[in-house]
Amino acid sequence: MKNYVGRDIPDFLLVNGKEVYQGKNYMDGKYLKKASPCTRRFEKPQESKIVPTLADALRQCGAKSGMTFSFHHHLRDGDFVVNMVMKAAIEELGLDNLTIAASSLGAAHDPIADYIEQGKVVGIQTSGIRGRMGEVVSAGKLKTPAIIRSHGGRPRAIEGGEVHIDIAFIAAPTSDCVGNCRGIGGKSNCGSMGYAMTDAKYADHVVVVTDCLVDFPNMPASVEAIDVDAVVMVDSIGNPKKIASAAARISQNPRDLMMAENVAKVIASTPYFKDGFSFQTGVGGPSLAANLFLEKYMDERNIKMGWAIGGICGPMVELLKKGKVGKVIDVQDFDLDAVNSINRTPNHFEMSASQYANPANKGAFVNKLDFVVLAALEIDTGFNVNVLTGSDGVLRGAPGGHPDTAAGSKCCIIVTPLTRGRMATVCEHVVTVTTPGDCVDVLVTDYGIAVNPLRPDLIECLDNAGIPHVSIEWLKDKAYSLVGRPDELQWEDKVVAVLEARDGTILDVVRKIKPFTLE
Amino acid sequence: MIISKPAIAGTVESSDALVSVEPGDGKIELTLTSSVMNQYGRQIRETVMETLKRLDVDSVKINVVDKGALDCTLKARVECAVFRSCDASEKDIPWGGVIQ
Repeated sequence: MKNYVGRDIPDFLLVNGKEVYQGKNYMDGKYLKKASPCTRRFEKPQESKIVPTLADALRQCGAKSGMTFSFHHHLRDGDFVVNMVMKAAIEELGLDNLTIAASSLGAAHDPIADYIEQGKVVGIQTSGIRGRMGEVVSAGKLKTPAIIRSHGGRPRAIEGGEVHIDIAFIAAPTSDCVGNCRGIGGKSNCGSMGYAMTDAKYADHVVVVTDCLVDFPNMPASVEAIDVDAVVMVDSIGNPKKIASAAARISQNPRDLMMAENVAKVIASTPYFKDGFSFQTGVGGPSLAANLFLEKYMDERNIKMGWAIGGICGPMVELLKKGKVGKVIDVQDFDLDAVNSINRTPNHFEMSASQYANPANKGAFVNKLDFVVLAALEIDTGFNVNVLTGSDGVLRGAPGGHPDTAAGSKCCIIVTPLTRGRMATVCEHVVTVTTPGDCVDVLVTDYGIAVNPLRPDLIECLDNAGIPHVSIEWLKDKAYSLVGRPDELQWEDKVVAVLEARDGTILDVVRKIKPFTLE
Repeated sequence: MIISKPAIAGTVESSDALVSVEPGDGKIELTLTSSVMNQYGRQIRETVMETLKRLDVDSVKINVVDKGALDCTLKARVECAVFRSCDASEKDIPWGGVIQ
């Protein structure tokens, strides 16, 4: 069945109430029955919940084959916890038929690809999937299609019981002996622990894995001891160098800066750019550089940013310290400046993924967002964006908060160069739709700006400000004139991944790619 | 042109291609790898073959390692490798003639 963005969704997926994507806000006003976990009572006072090994913790939580384990990705490419836990479960306890429900997975988790090939891991639910895992899933080796969700879609699915977490594993930079966790104060600090919060509340069992035990009580706790079954002390939860980079640098690339300046111009031309406006930006080159140019316009008009959300990095903390933004609310930190600032710099707060972006609660932060500036691997003439699959059809990305912020914000700006090497970024049809075009408002490229025809009000803003713009078809033709029109990818029938829209409907599927031959 | 000795042109930097040629045995033998194989493999092959035809090369083993080069880059790298293999790249390059 074809959905709102023209993607053919196979019927076998449309069971148990699953529907195809029908446009944004389709689920508005509907009722949701929340799931409730089955948790164990710890009535008798306990001095400590520390157990010697992960295997002991798994046994204590009744781990068995067929279960779903959850993880969060604040340790990013430095994470050791997913691999450690899966190794203990599979190689020490001999479990199989396991499902991993992670907020994201990356190149750090290449060893999991082996467990997929061995049939020990049979399900993956995640936002990001990259590296070897992306390759083996794309090759059709995972027993069930991977389920890809946005950062807001994930807590929606957990709270609604679409994902039942048997055991949640919390990678904690610091914990006390009963499981109060924080993202700071240890040796592998990650700052915010926002993606782990829903897991801890909705999982049957919760295991904290830490490499820095601190005195009780570890306050204010991101994950609270009242939800924790066991605490395991390990040598290291991750590689700090890969958890948080040194300060995120603002790009010096003139092409990035030109695009960033145009992003700021577009923002300043809209009625939403007024004192107290709200903002989120990605951490890609041109998106991050937009901060710099925006500050110039804020100074010129003598206005301040009310609040900013998202994955946070140094430049935003800098604005907060300078008093140019009122509050920063933070679901994840990307660099050490942000890690060292959360809960320390006044008005730099932590939030959960549900609070950030869940479309099924009663109003996430994204719903109050004025502007979001985002990147794209590809964007097509219907303004649909792909941030998941590469030009060869292989899974190597993550929707992250892209679809959530695009849908919630009043003005969603995509900034991307027209071509990358020989890849046309602006194209006729994206490989996979990860953010639907009805949520995307403006496209800024190095060859011109295009406004979604669904937003005549924004077209008028740009015209009034004298900002030239072109049609997205013109940009696509320009891109193809430079790099040539790409051949269509060749797919097999087998579905290897299902892309859920943030509201839980099906936005697209990724099929197994046919091996390429020149003949 | 006759490929008289092995020669090489280009790099494996992003947006470039590394082209190497060596004497063939009466036919064109192309091996191609590309970072954009699925979407542009056929177009790259066509560009390489057209360029060889224009240079009147019909016996060559040619290896192209493409890193997302545009057509103009591919053509230039193939031309350069062929001219180098004939020791013809130092002077009197027929700009505007067979080299377009």
